[in-house]
Amino acid sequence: MKWHRIDALISRHLYLYKRSLPRLMEIFYWPFLDLVVWGFITVYLMKFQGQIPGVVTFFLGALILWDVLFRAQQGITISFLEEIWARNLMNLFASPLKPSEFLVATMALSVFKVTAVSVVMVVAALIFYDYNIFKIGLSLIPFVFNLLVSGWTIGVLTTSLIMRFGQEAEVLAWGMVFLFQPVSCVFYPIEVLPKWLQAVAWANPAAHVFEGMRAVISTGAVPPTHLAWAAGLNLLYLALMVAWFHHTFAVCKDRGSLVRIGE
Amino acid sequence: MCAAIVEVKHLTKRFGDFTAVDDISFDIGEGEILGLLGPNGAGKTTTIQMLLDLVTPSSGSIHMFGLDLNAHRETILGRVNFSSTYISMPFSLTVEENLRVVAKLYGMNDVGRRIEEVVKILEMEEFRHKVTRKLSSGQMTRLALAKAILTEPKILFLDEPTASLDPDIAHKIRGVLKEVRQSSGLSILYTSHNMREMEEMSDRIVFLQRGKLVAQGTAQEIVEKFGQQDLEEVFLKLAREQVIR
Repeated sequence: MKWHRIDALISRHLYLYKRSLPRLMEIFYWPFLDLVVWGFITVYLMKFQGQIPGVVTFFLGALILWDVLFRAQQGITISFLEEIWARNLMNLFASPLKPSEFLVATMALSVFKVTAVSVVMVVAALIFYDYNIFKIGLSLIPFVFNLLVSGWTIGVLTTSLIMRFGQEAEVLAWGMVFLFQPVSCVFYPIEVLPKWLQAVAWANPAAHVFEGMRAVISTGAVPPTHLAWAAGLNLLYLALMVAWFHHTFAVCKDRGSLVRIGE
Repeated sequence: MCAAIVEVKHLTKRFGDFTAVDDISFDIGEGEILGLLGPNGAGKTTTIQMLLDLVTPSSGSIHMFGLDLNAHRETILGRVNFSSTYISMPFSLTVEENLRVVAKLYGMNDVGRRIEEVVKILEMEEFRHKVTRKLSSGQMTRLALAKAILTEPKILFLDEPTASLDPDIAHKIRGVLKEVRQSSGLSILYTSHNMREMEEMSDRIVFLQRGKLVAQGTAQEIVEKFGQQDLEEVFLKLAREQVIR
């Protein structure tokens, strides 16, 4: 793996953000709008503070953390789509660039995107709703990292599907992550799900993260079991998805579809 | 002919029942310009895509610099580049930014100096800071060529490099390619539908028809083999045969 090739891809996307208003909106405008809407819902729910303790922390915290996962996924998938839209895939893959370097570069870009979006949301929550997410404490960090990895896993899966089925599958870049939302238990505890769906949710690392976050808020202690399950499942799924990406890449080269994506 | 820098043996590509490239073998010598000629659908682009490892061959082998492409992809592709009318470059980046990204991708040193040289060679000064989206098709083709020669490759694959250029710029581009070849011993695989250009540029020509190699030699040898007046007549004869069948 060569750093200069990863750096080339990162530079290419940072140049893009430098002069593209729609792409900057993706970082600043949409997350901010999300926060405003959910912020008002939370303000309304605060009236029932007695029945739902810690409602602000639950909802705004969950929203900010959900955006970590969503933007991490988009960081990977949208970077791939940018290459399709620019008809640049041939330039990249006819160079010494390896598919693994491509993935590492898009993961690095997703870290950049998540950081930018998180800063916007954390600051906006502090200013408009007097909500400081760091009240949850440093225990948030391993959970955030796990969400980042979950986002990468869904991002690699979505990218593989777009590569395999072409541009008509690009809508998955925005929709795929929401397939996982009901079983991620972002805004509600896992126990509200029907029993059979709870079993599915426990296989989802994001559900362990959000359950863990709620446990931290309620008890102040980090639940090691949730953290261990999230990390273990994340590593397993990411390894599987990366292997599947490489397999899909080889299949597309064999079918000649890699050079036809976007035509 | 000089020592072969590209060796293609029994190369075949099948997509299901359709055979796009059918058991072709050829080589390219150091500093040689080989023309790849054939009607649409003859297998030229698929051949180039296999040479760039963008499409996996069904069978056969590709060696460059004496190395197997399958086993030494990274080393080989670092010394090869290409340009095609059918690809583009990121639209939101300026010409210079695009060239900087390419230079990084290939791990080049002294990037600034090399960009200056290429911009000068291809007369791109007036639009080097322009966003790629705003380039004319001629300027875009020059950017694609700049990207191809920027990395100082030893082998260049050019798929219709002058297709959208006016005759004056196309003439200059051919001059540039000949100069680069002269000065650096660059080997070129060249496709074009302009027969005069093919005759002018190519030391030898490989003629493909329906994926099969039907002739190879100098332009004169091919014209004589088919008993025609010139390369254009050979092309028309084979293209019409392909349509009738």
